[in-house]
Amino acid sequence: MFPAAFDYAAPATLVEALALLKQRGDDAKIMAGGQSLIPMLKLRFAQPALVIDIGRLPAMNGIARHNGHLSIGALARHVDIERNADLAWLCPILVDTVHWISDPLVRNRGTMAGSVCHADPSGDWGSVMLALDASLIARSESGERVIPADGFFQGPFTTTLRPDEIVTEIRIPMPKGPAGGAYNKLERKVGDFATVAVAVHVELSGSKIAKAGIGLTAVGPTNIKATAAEKALVGHEPTDEVIVEAARLAAEAAEPKDDIRGTAAYKKDIVRVYVLRGLRTALGRAREVKA
Amino acid sequence: MSSTLHMHGGIGESIKRKEDARFLRGQGHFLDDFVLPRMAHMAILRSPHAHARIKSIDTAAASAKPGVIAVVTGELMAQHKLAWMPTLSGDTQAVLATDKVRFQGQEVAAVIAETKYQAEDARDLIEVDYEILQAITSPDQAKESGSALIRDDKEGQKDNHIYHWESGDKAGTQAAFAKAHKVVRLNTFYPRCHPAPLETCGCIADVDGVTGKATIYMTSQAPHAIRTVFALVAGIPEHQIRIISPDIGGGFGNKVPVYPGYVVATAASLLLGRPVKWVEDRTENLISTGFARDYHMTGDLALDKDGKMLALRVHLDSDNGAFFADAQPSKFKAGLFHIVTGSYDIPTAHVTADGYYTNKAPGGVAYRCSFRVTEASYLIERLVSNAAMEIGMDQAEIRTKNFIQPEQFPYTSATGWIYDSGDYPKAMDVALKQLGYEDLKKDVEARRKKGEVTGIGIASFTEVVGAGPGADYDILGLRMFDSAELRVHPTGKAILKLGVKSQGQGHETTFAQIVAEELGIPAQDVLVMEGDTDNTPYGLGTYASRSTPVAGAATAMVSRKLREKARKLAAHLLEAAEEDLEWERGKFFVKGSPEKFKTIQEAAFAAYTNLPEGMEPGLEGVHYYDPPNMTYPFGTYAVVVDVDKGTGQVKVKRMVAVDDCGVRINPMIVEGQIQGGLTEGYGIAFMELITFDAEGNCIGSNLMDYLIPGSMETPKFEIGQTVTPSPHHPLGAKGVGESATVGSPAAYVNAVIDALSPYGITNIDMPVTSDKVWAALRSKGVTE
Repeated sequence: MFPAAFDYAAPATLVEALALLKQRGDDAKIMAGGQSLIPMLKLRFAQPALVIDIGRLPAMNGIARHNGHLSIGALARHVDIERNADLAWLCPILVDTVHWISDPLVRNRGTMAGSVCHADPSGDWGSVMLALDASLIARSESGERVIPADGFFQGPFTTTLRPDEIVTEIRIPMPKGPAGGAYNKLERKVGDFATVAVAVHVELSGSKIAKAGIGLTAVGPTNIKATAAEKALVGHEPTDEVIVEAARLAAEAAEPKDDIRGTAAYKKDIVRVYVLRGLRTALGRAREVKA
Repeated sequence: MSSTLHMHGGIGESIKRKEDARFLRGQGHFLDDFVLPRMAHMAILRSPHAHARIKSIDTAAASAKPGVIAVVTGELMAQHKLAWMPTLSGDTQAVLATDKVRFQGQEVAAVIAETKYQAEDARDLIEVDYEILQAITSPDQAKESGSALIRDDKEGQKDNHIYHWESGDKAGTQAAFAKAHKVVRLNTFYPRCHPAPLETCGCIADVDGVTGKATIYMTSQAPHAIRTVFALVAGIPEHQIRIISPDIGGGFGNKVPVYPGYVVATAASLLLGRPVKWVEDRTENLISTGFARDYHMTGDLALDKDGKMLALRVHLDSDNGAFFADAQPSKFKAGLFHIVTGSYDIPTAHVTADGYYTNKAPGGVAYRCSFRVTEASYLIERLVSNAAMEIGMDQAEIRTKNFIQPEQFPYTSATGWIYDSGDYPKAMDVALKQLGYEDLKKDVEARRKKGEVTGIGIASFTEVVGAGPGADYDILGLRMFDSAELRVHPTGKAILKLGVKSQGQGHETTFAQIVAEELGIPAQDVLVMEGDTDNTPYGLGTYASRSTPVAGAATAMVSRKLREKARKLAAHLLEAAEEDLEWERGKFFVKGSPEKFKTIQEAAFAAYTNLPEGMEPGLEGVHYYDPPNMTYPFGTYAVVVDVDKGTGQVKVKRMVAVDDCGVRINPMIVEGQIQGGLTEGYGIAFMELITFDAEGNCIGSNLMDYLIPGSMETPKFEIGQTVTPSPHHPLGAKGVGESATVGSPAAYVNAVIDALSPYGITNIDMPVTSDKVWAALRSKGVTE
């Protein structure tokens, strides 16, 4: 549990960080909270030549509403989401999810953006981003671009982020009508990675579902957006039949493997059960908003 | 604390633990806290393969790294005749592999460097060329003809079979089965798990180049026995070896064996003339050091038409890994497994066991267990519950009907154990009342009608602990006595030195309380010392719940010896005849004149200042205690669970634990032991698993895969007790450290199986994980 040797840099400004990244991006790793990177260094799974600690960059930890979306700074820690009183009603699925993330020690240091960029298919935030249709704002010396979460995850620990880019912010669109979400996670013990987890988000228009998002955790090479299941919900009254069909389609979208946490068949069925349960919770919450 | 300070601290008083002041302030001294001048650091290169021939080892690049002092291979060890060492079960084990690697994680080479970083960097540069061989990962595979021979190093070893062992009456058991009304069978696997103490294993070997004295700081539960083994292995004269076991962060059996790292570090220190420190990381601990269990068991229980037990037949295959290194009394190849008739009056029984080599880590340690009693207790308690289910009898009733009755003690079991004392119906009664069993059963029925999955599990275990009587119990010939040396200073303060070694059990408090009770010196005035072989009397160590039964008895006996001398001193001071004095804890007084008395402190002072003519000065003594019998703690545990039909998750709603460990010396410490054991039992039942893939890769090599319950998983325990003293122990005490780990797994699993029984499900092997429960439910068409 001793890491291999590496250089360490802690730039004071984003400009400095981006310059360093342009220069050495190919063999550097960015560290925000370090809650995934440090264990990987200690196990020597990761042996970067340079660790760029962005933890001291100013003004990147805000959580605010802007122009119809919720903006979460790249250095906002899990605990900031956990303790933000507004999020409890603005976007309750975030608060739902944050309690499932590891333990208080990790939540005190780890960041949402860092977790999303780490792109562990067992990470919780990735599925929530997919369900909420969130985007990432990435900066480099050549400018800024907006990357939709849908398509961001390329494979285990692999994203479309370029070696010279830093994610500075996450944007979550605010719902236009009554909305609700839920995150259900099956874990073997507190702090464990998910065996399976499911993020569900619905927006209502009258009695019908106007928008639906379903993200699946730990059942494939990336977090998975269950597009067919989402489509089966949109435009429909959320009857039992519709919900059961969406759950079936979401389970079909899952590509789990047998491992120590359970068989592929088990995980697929948990996706089904959690989509059922998640939709019922999310719809209940949406109806409360309406009332 | 103040309330505790003013307490005498005799038997039965829950005084606070004396050792906790330093532990809670982070002021303990654990192995890795020690830093010696000129100390070098060692890292071990381990095999990535389960079974492979070593073709070559190239250490050139590693040796050339900055800071590297030496690279040690098996070849170098062989030059010093240290490539192999004896195990605690009389087998041999490779220290550093010379010919083959036989399990993933086996020690292949070691780097000694100025810093730990340098040692690990250089270790990664050692190149080993392996020829991969077939990996054997189960006894069934080990048995197959034509399967790879793991121990080709052993002359005459033609297959992977280690031992065959039997106990009981084969013919009598056969005859009883022939007459049975009903035979109930259970096939079950008690999986490999690991003690996983908070502190991993390690040592600092410091061989003095001038005097030749080897001082070895070591995380050992049995420092004296280790010293003897070192003398035998390394050929160092025993008085030139000093083992110091400092504060130990949990052992649970994991710190009983001798590990290759200890031997390599000592040899390296001897060769280099510098102290060498070696501390395992978590993965090294989980993949290479003493595992537990790994028993494949089949039990048959013969019943008459009324549900009375007629006979028990058990066969087990033991998966011992690459070297037979079980830490257990030499005479018993399957430990004390033949206690398997448990709490029941079963007229006849027959037990057979076969041990097999596999390409897995060696160990077979008693993880919070008295040498395989855990496996035995699990089998009989699962089997009895299944029997109840099959014949339609209540699971409490079948137990009560078959219990050994209080008046039958001392009771000789079908496999030859002589149970010292017990009142099993009473423990059952207390547990069921606490549970509200009759009402609960109605509640379960009502909820099942609504489609809920819920159940109750009971286990009434009997343990056998306190090894043990010298005639039958030895490790490598060393009889399993234990010792206590008590010195009372002139001012009446005392030092008690023991051959056992606490790893968190609270010896510094409990043993001081025994002196407080027997010699009348307040517990606060008794300093307990353990773990330094130069400064404590010889003993076999702390494991298998033996400290209180054996060293506790030795402490009581030595205290009584000193009390008798103090009586002479008091008589001298009071100018009275010895036989006219009466003892009341802390003082002698003249019969009929309670105002004429001398305290134990006054007597102690007199031992150094004012002696009767001809008496040897001083007030100290030593006692080596060879127990006349084992002690047999017991209890009834009851568990209530709910099962989530959708996910297979099990929620333990209640856990009632009634323990009888005889007289309780410090009830708070006893309760702490039980709480901890119930937690580990929960972990074993639901979470903990060391398993292997087909190539012999260890799955469970870190704490993200090897799951240990934390506070959030652990159920709330409702603790109760009965007290049935041991008739042969001087204090009436029995061991308690392991009862809860032994008894609780079956109670947890019985509850799950009871919940699933309406669907015809009769077994799920541990750990009972949600995916296994889900698969069982779906196989019967139950779904959300």
